[in-house]
Amino acid sequence: MKIINSDTHFDFMGKIKMTMTISGLVILIGLGSVALSGGLKYGIDFAGGTLIQLQFKTPPDIEVIRDGLKTISLGESTIQEFGSKRDILIRIQRSEEKLEAVGSKVRNSLGGKFNKEDITIERVEMVGPKVGRDLREKALLSILYAIIGIVIYISWRFELQYAVAAIIALVHDVLVTLGAFSILDKEFTLVIIAAFLAIIGYSLNDTIVVFDRIRENLRRRGKNTLVQSVNASINQTLSRTLLTSGTTLMVVVALFFFGGEIIHDFSFALLVGILVGTYSSIFIASAFLVYWDSRH
Amino acid sequence: MYRDLKWKIPLILAVVLGSVLLAYPLKEKISLGLDLQGGMHLLLEVKVEKAVEASLERLADDIKRDIFDDDLELDRIKAIYEDRRVNVRMVDKLDLPPVKKILDDYPFFSLVSEDSDGLGLVYQLSADHVEQIEQNAVSQGLETIRNRVDQFGVSEPTIQVQGERRILVQLPGIKDPERAINLIGKTARLEFKLLDEEHSLEQALSGNVPEDSEILYQRVVDKETGAVTKEPFLIRKRTVLTGETLTGAEVRFDSDFNEPYVSLTFNSVGAMIFQQVTRENIKKRLAIVLDGNVYSAPVIQDEIAGGRAQVTGGFTSAEARDLAIVLRAGALPAPVVILENRTVGPSLGKDSIDKGFTSIIYGSLLVVVFIIFYYRWSGVIAVTALFLNIVLLAGALAYFGAALTLPGIAGIILTVGMAIDANVLIFERIREEVRIGKTVRAAIDAGFSKAFRTIVDANITTFIAAVVLFQFGTGPIKGFAITLCIGIAASMFTAVFVSRTIFDATMSQRKLDKLSI
Repeated sequence: MKIINSDTHFDFMGKIKMTMTISGLVILIGLGSVALSGGLKYGIDFAGGTLIQLQFKTPPDIEVIRDGLKTISLGESTIQEFGSKRDILIRIQRSEEKLEAVGSKVRNSLGGKFNKEDITIERVEMVGPKVGRDLREKALLSILYAIIGIVIYISWRFELQYAVAAIIALVHDVLVTLGAFSILDKEFTLVIIAAFLAIIGYSLNDTIVVFDRIRENLRRRGKNTLVQSVNASINQTLSRTLLTSGTTLMVVVALFFFGGEIIHDFSFALLVGILVGTYSSIFIASAFLVYWDSRH
Repeated sequence: MYRDLKWKIPLILAVVLGSVLLAYPLKEKISLGLDLQGGMHLLLEVKVEKAVEASLERLADDIKRDIFDDDLELDRIKAIYEDRRVNVRMVDKLDLPPVKKILDDYPFFSLVSEDSDGLGLVYQLSADHVEQIEQNAVSQGLETIRNRVDQFGVSEPTIQVQGERRILVQLPGIKDPERAINLIGKTARLEFKLLDEEHSLEQALSGNVPEDSEILYQRVVDKETGAVTKEPFLIRKRTVLTGETLTGAEVRFDSDFNEPYVSLTFNSVGAMIFQQVTRENIKKRLAIVLDGNVYSAPVIQDEIAGGRAQVTGGFTSAEARDLAIVLRAGALPAPVVILENRTVGPSLGKDSIDKGFTSIIYGSLLVVVFIIFYYRWSGVIAVTALFLNIVLLAGALAYFGAALTLPGIAGIILTVGMAIDANVLIFERIREEVRIGKTVRAAIDAGFSKAFRTIVDANITTFIAAVVLFQFGTGPIKGFAITLCIGIAASMFTAVFVSRTIFDATMSQRKLDKLSI
């Protein structure tokens, strides 16, 4: 069976002006959204704070919960449904360094409005500001180290311009995903950083498959121009690119729909990242090779 | 080349069998992370500076006693916390040389300055000694917490030092996390102090606290209304006896009211001091202070020999039991604060497992159906390789003792999606070779060898990202990184080596003119 004809001759490199513009716009919109919302929205992992997930026997009224919380003066807090109407997530900006058990404190504060037995504390996460700062630093460093390691490897296996092109593509993927997160007002947490690193890995995986073919075709290109070789390489690997993205997307979609609320944002990041990663290996990474060549 | 099959097939069978043995039965061999089985992850910071301060006070007390023993007239001695110094002030200038002599016995103190009026000396604790106190505070804190957790009864707890002053405590499957926090985090500094009955409490409350005394409070809970009130006491600062001399603490029940209390047993030194203090202070009140809170302040009726005392305080029996545990395990050398707390209830954990596995099954099913449909017989080979990949992954997880976390499950799912990539690369290459007219045998050879380099390059970069993630990650993230790393390594083996062997094995049986791919 075939989905993609084995003998395609799409002129991918002829479209790069358009795709570059689209990419640039998407990234600009994303960064604009980040700037407008005053920076990235950090989850408690990075900003510090407390998160409490409660399950009620019957769907509660959020306003009633809000009133209940006022009695214990926790500072600024947000209350939202988490996956279902019975599951409630409470985020508190402050983190409690003292030994007071904030979970039961919250539950007790709701005791007057609800039957205490009907409330289960499903999850409590508290991150102090100091740890938040540490984690933020570590997260940034990890992405940096990953990029450095990859540049070294690709420069060694290919040539420097391939490494630069691959990095530009993955930075593109990360920026687009970042923008999507900002526009949808999703939070950055440790797990999302893990998703970003996975995206980086995936994006590269895809890019390298295309590069590998480009390198192979350039060795015996004869009279073909670079643009022709690159186009031919992308066309030759097109069915593989789409198949792999397809199978990976299948599982990530399964994760997105059945994986539960806790990794919902994680699978969302992967979903966006894989789509963008596939696109960027063709239109960003390969296009950059052509651009580099035209400048040297 | 088919002769290779003689060792390849047994090798594959051995690896698969080994993995199955390592991972079977799954429930016992693969441990679940805290996010899946429920449990508590606590990162504590030891307030080491408090240990330094306490030790400074203790040393100042020792110096004071030495000065009295030498019949010298001390004006006052004061610990200065910020600089880790003590300031010794005498009444007479002539007493300074003998004081210097006394301080010679404290080698970790060095003289930094003399007061300008010539009546005082300032000594500073050496940096080495401070560091030693800090290190001890962390290592003893760790021991103490371990003792407490052991007595609390948690299976397979993790308690370890992280960095210089942090202690990581992980308690899987814990039922009552808040009680555990109380138990672990309580400093449990038990002190016996005499009440200051010479001065008036009212005057002290209005701000006129005598120098050697302080106001401490007792929490009184009204049994009827549950209202908490605080009752003040004027108590002498000097500690007559601490919890360090305890040898035991047990819960007992009051025979009249059936109320629980904690019965304490002292060692011989403690018993002696206790006897002396009670003998000298009959009809006076002795306060039992725990972490700065007064628990009770009974009147000493008689000299108490035998080294026994009791702490009462309107406890519930659970509270009394926990208090006995912390007293038995000993006080923390310095207080701790919680830097990070992640607690997942068992039902949420179970829910996560169910959902994780549901997505693995649906995701894999989609991939399997698609690949078989797309590549036919070769697709079956790829799916076999994929299945073996998961078996190897399970075996490796069991072998490394890596806990499976929710992001770890996500890692497995991602591996399923990406592992098939190696086969896709090979199969697409084989198809190309077939198209240019190669024989089945030659096409398979060329497809595998040409795709191999690409597979290695593509996977190594992902592997680099995963390794970095492992280095940086904590808890659940590590789980993701581990499954990703193992999954990539395993996919190289299954997708390349195993599927090649299956192709060869098929070809060795009969000659194929046409490849089902």
